[in-house]
Amino acid sequence: MQVAIVKYNAGNTCSVVNALHRCGVDAVLTDDAEVLQSADKVIFPGQGEARTTMSYLREHKLDEVIRGLCQPVLGICIGMQLLCKHSEEEDTDCIGVFDVDVLRFCPNLHEYKVPQMGWNTITNTSTGLFKGFNKPEFVYFVHSFYVPLCTDTIATTEYVQPYSSALHRNNFYATQFHPEKSGAVGERIIRNFLDL
Amino acid sequence: MLAKRIIPCLDIKDGQTVKGVNFVNLQQAGDPVALGKAYSEQGADELVYLDITASHEGRKTFTALVSRIAAEINIPFTVGGGINELADVDSLLNAGADKVSINSAALRRPGLIDEIAQHFGSQVCVVAIDARKTEAGWRCYLNGGRLETDRTLFEWAKEANERGAGEILFTSMNHDGVKKGFANEALNQLASELTIPLIASGGAGEIEHFRDAFTIGHADAALAASVFHFGQIHIDRLKEYLKLENITIRQ
Repeated sequence: MQVAIVKYNAGNTCSVVNALHRCGVDAVLTDDAEVLQSADKVIFPGQGEARTTMSYLREHKLDEVIRGLCQPVLGICIGMQLLCKHSEEEDTDCIGVFDVDVLRFCPNLHEYKVPQMGWNTITNTSTGLFKGFNKPEFVYFVHSFYVPLCTDTIATTEYVQPYSSALHRNNFYATQFHPEKSGAVGERIIRNFLDL
Repeated sequence: MLAKRIIPCLDIKDGQTVKGVNFVNLQQAGDPVALGKAYSEQGADELVYLDITASHEGRKTFTALVSRIAAEINIPFTVGGGINELADVDSLLNAGADKVSINSAALRRPGLIDEIAQHFGSQVCVVAIDARKTEAGWRCYLNGGRLETDRTLFEWAKEANERGAGEILFTSMNHDGVKKGFANEALNQLASELTIPLIASGGAGEIEHFRDAFTIGHADAALAASVFHFGQIHIDRLKEYLKLENITIRQ
């Protein structure tokens, strides 16, 4: 199986390469449109800030390439947020696969630190991405912006309020958390994605 | 709900764990990767690797080690020790570290925090503070606690928060090594003043100490070394206990 990881100006893409390697898959990190289009699976990972990553993607025409992909695609963290319509982070227009806007956490209690950093549970999971999940599981999050609940929500997490910790539309899947850093649970999600 | 985190800390010298480690059923107790994996399997939520090597050769060994850790361990890990400039951060993040911890360099040149936050994002920047309570109040120390500064704990932690730190790792030098519990009063004050997560360090001896760091100190995470290394506290049992105490933890 050919797995391509979108190469762009976001941090921490190598941890996805490592995680796939632990699942026995050698992935290719690339910004080449043809390689991305012909891969069996595409992962759009990353840590970073919406405006600078989005303008990099536009400059390199990767936004159009990503939007046009037909095979299973998995967005992770900022990758998921960039697949939405718009982000409150620096008022950024995004790729728009998911018809929902990304908002900033506005805690009403001091106990809620921003960014949310650490392990939180995912519930109400659905689709093949969460095959075999029948109880809440802990996964690792680091983020200051969130996607509200919407028709594409396939996992729910509570922080400040309930929000979308994963999304699905057609061939596009996305997680707000980092499966590549979420221990054995994260590995199950990556394997499920590879099996889609 | 967001879980409280348990974080074992490993000291590394020339690519090997330093403190005598008494780990049952672990052939290579000196190997930081094997030890980190063992902790991860016990339920550790994150790992911290501190490089205490001073030499240039040792630094290269550490960076190579970071690549190995990143390849084999599937939970987040922070690296620290000897980070003085942006280039150090860049090479450690490139090697696969999730976060870097800076300490003396930030006290000497606070702008380093802003630089890391701007270049790599706040989430990678852990500011570690070693402080001792003196008659004049809580004072910050440089160089692994060897040099007193005129900075006070609370104003420095707040400044680090405002400059873009992603987390504060506070070690009480009064409590470190004493095993009588964390500095809960100071932690509580820090937790109420900071808008970013707080990691408690120094003083863990019993499982109850972790509970108190969370319930009294309001820390978001608790870090310890020797109680884990010498097998006095097993992370899985610690987590069982914390769960019974109604603290949200990952199991």
